[in-house]
Amino acid sequence: MNAHPAMDTTGTSRDMSKAPEIIHPPRLGRWIGVILVGTVMAWIVYQALTNPGFQWDVVGRYLLDVGVLKGVAMTLQLTAIVMIVGLLIGIVVAVMRMSGDPLLIFCAHAFVWFFRGTPVLVQLVFWYNLAALFPAIEIGIPFGGPKFFEIPATVAISSFTAALLGLGLNEGAYMAEIIRAGLMSVDNGQSEASKALGHKPWHTFWVVVLPQAMKAIVPPTGNQVIGMLKYTSIASVVALYELMHSVELIYSRNFEIVPLLIVAALWYLFLVSILSVIQYFIEKHYSKGWQGQDDRGA
Amino acid sequence: MRHEQHPLNADRASIMTAAKTDEPLVRCENIWKTRGQNLVLKGVNLQARKGEVVCLLGPSGAGKSTLLRCINAIELADRGLVHVDGVPIGCALRNGSHVRLSESQLSRQRADIGMVFQNFNLFPHMSVLSNIIDAPMRIRRETRAVATNRAYELLRKVGLLDKAGAYPRHLSGGQQQRIAIARALAMQPKLMLFDEPTSALDPHLTDEVLDVIKELAATGMTMIIVTHEIQFARDVADTAAVMSDGAIIEIGPARDVLSRPTDPRTRTFLARSLPDHQQQAV
Ligand SMILES: Nc1ncnc2c1ncn2[C@@H]1O[C@H](COP(=O)(O)OP(=O)(O)O)[C@@H](O)[C@H]1O
Ligand SMILES: [Mg+2]
Repeated sequence: MNAHPAMDTTGTSRDMSKAPEIIHPPRLGRWIGVILVGTVMAWIVYQALTNPGFQWDVVGRYLLDVGVLKGVAMTLQLTAIVMIVGLLIGIVVAVMRMSGDPLLIFCAHAFVWFFRGTPVLVQLVFWYNLAALFPAIEIGIPFGGPKFFEIPATVAISSFTAALLGLGLNEGAYMAEIIRAGLMSVDNGQSEASKALGHKPWHTFWVVVLPQAMKAIVPPTGNQVIGMLKYTSIASVVALYELMHSVELIYSRNFEIVPLLIVAALWYLFLVSILSVIQYFIEKHYSKGWQGQDDRGA
Repeated sequence: MRHEQHPLNADRASIMTAAKTDEPLVRCENIWKTRGQNLVLKGVNLQARKGEVVCLLGPSGAGKSTLLRCINAIELADRGLVHVDGVPIGCALRNGSHVRLSESQLSRQRADIGMVFQNFNLFPHMSVLSNIIDAPMRIRRETRAVATNRAYELLRKVGLLDKAGAYPRHLSGGQQQRIAIARALAMQPKLMLFDEPTSALDPHLTDEVLDVIKELAATGMTMIIVTHEIQFARDVADTAAVMSDGAIIEIGPARDVLSRPTDPRTRTFLARSLPDHQQQAV
């Protein structure tokens, strides 16, 4: 029976104009929000343009100052090296933690416990003052055995080495947890299938498990890199010439504190923006095979 | 031009004719295995001659998967030996005792044994083609051209030639399992192990996978198949073994075991697995 002319025998309506359209109610809340945010932003811009305390001319003068640029270079270099060290330590510790070997698991736990549990500031200053504790760095048999190699600690531990050790070991402890969570997110069947094909353990790890874990590892790692970029400023306490220390040196001479802090902030903002773009592309790369709608059958 | 008489694995077909020999390719002797507190395998004996198809049946939790995983050294038995092609799996005889092999020595042994899993376990971050050619290139040191050629040959035989560039996630379960079979065959294994290859599939997708396995059986591939598909076991198996509670309770020619089981536990198990009309048709 075809009581409705718009409906055919299979129960499908052909006439779209007969179907009532669903209208969204007006969003009053959103308009209030727009006005609030707009007001706050207008105030910020107004302050930035009219408040003489910002001294934009000074900011402009120092933004590309050679001393500041050197600081930027050191900040980038330190961030990159610390993250690489942290990543490598993190992988090793995470693998130790998941190895099933009681001794390795104990060592991994102890490492994470210690370096995550003590403030980076303390570690930095500790490494920098290592000479007080161990006047010489030596390689040999401990407890009074023969020495093969010896240098004074004051020579071995520069500001850079201290910063690298303090930040790198701490970062390694955090990365270990991030990587462990990533590795655990990969289904056990994956490493089993890889083993069954005859792949060696390192291949199973690097080619099968780790690339899949990356999907879960990259976003928090990106967060860590961005955090680290700014966190390197803590190395100014051991007189490392990074971005923050470079502006400190300048404003301790000319007392233009606010404009020079703005210079540092602008640089950090700029670098973080670039990192965010890089992170977007890396995330896209590691989501290969997961793109598109999830519409598979059984 | 290759002959078409064996739709799958034509390379091996010329070497191993479908005729079954008496020489056992797989020999499990008195296998014992505990997992946690559970005694999972209790002195299992199982053999498979070259070219023989053995179907392993039994209720879940019986220890079928564990036995299969001991055969390709994904797990190692606590006691008892598995021999494949005369070589002890997972251990070597040193000074009169059987010593466990290192993980990389194990991987060499596993390369000759194909395994197909219930959940396919394709590598989701690799295309179908990469899934198939990765192991032959890495482990067998084949060139990309050689590996790719065989991959396409296998894809044609499992009927998925057009999916080489696809990612596993965009394939149906049945298609994924056929790719998984092609991936295992690409290593040119002596032996294929199947652990419930159709249990994760919708009923309408099981046949496309079972057909591929049947064709493989016709090429003379030695196979041990854990399955709940009784009709399929009847069609394809030479030998059927029924496991329950860590032991093989009945073993013999598939026709006999599946049609006239002697053990009451086998009878209960078969009665639960078969729809009524199939039981009468026996
Ligand atoms: N990780 C594990 N730890 C402890 N016991 C397990 C584990 N995995 C499986 N088992 C036990 O081992 C027995 C055999 O399991 P399995 O070989 O998977 O059986 P099947 O494949 O026949 O279903 C079961 O009783 C199960 O409870
Ligand atoms: Mg099982």
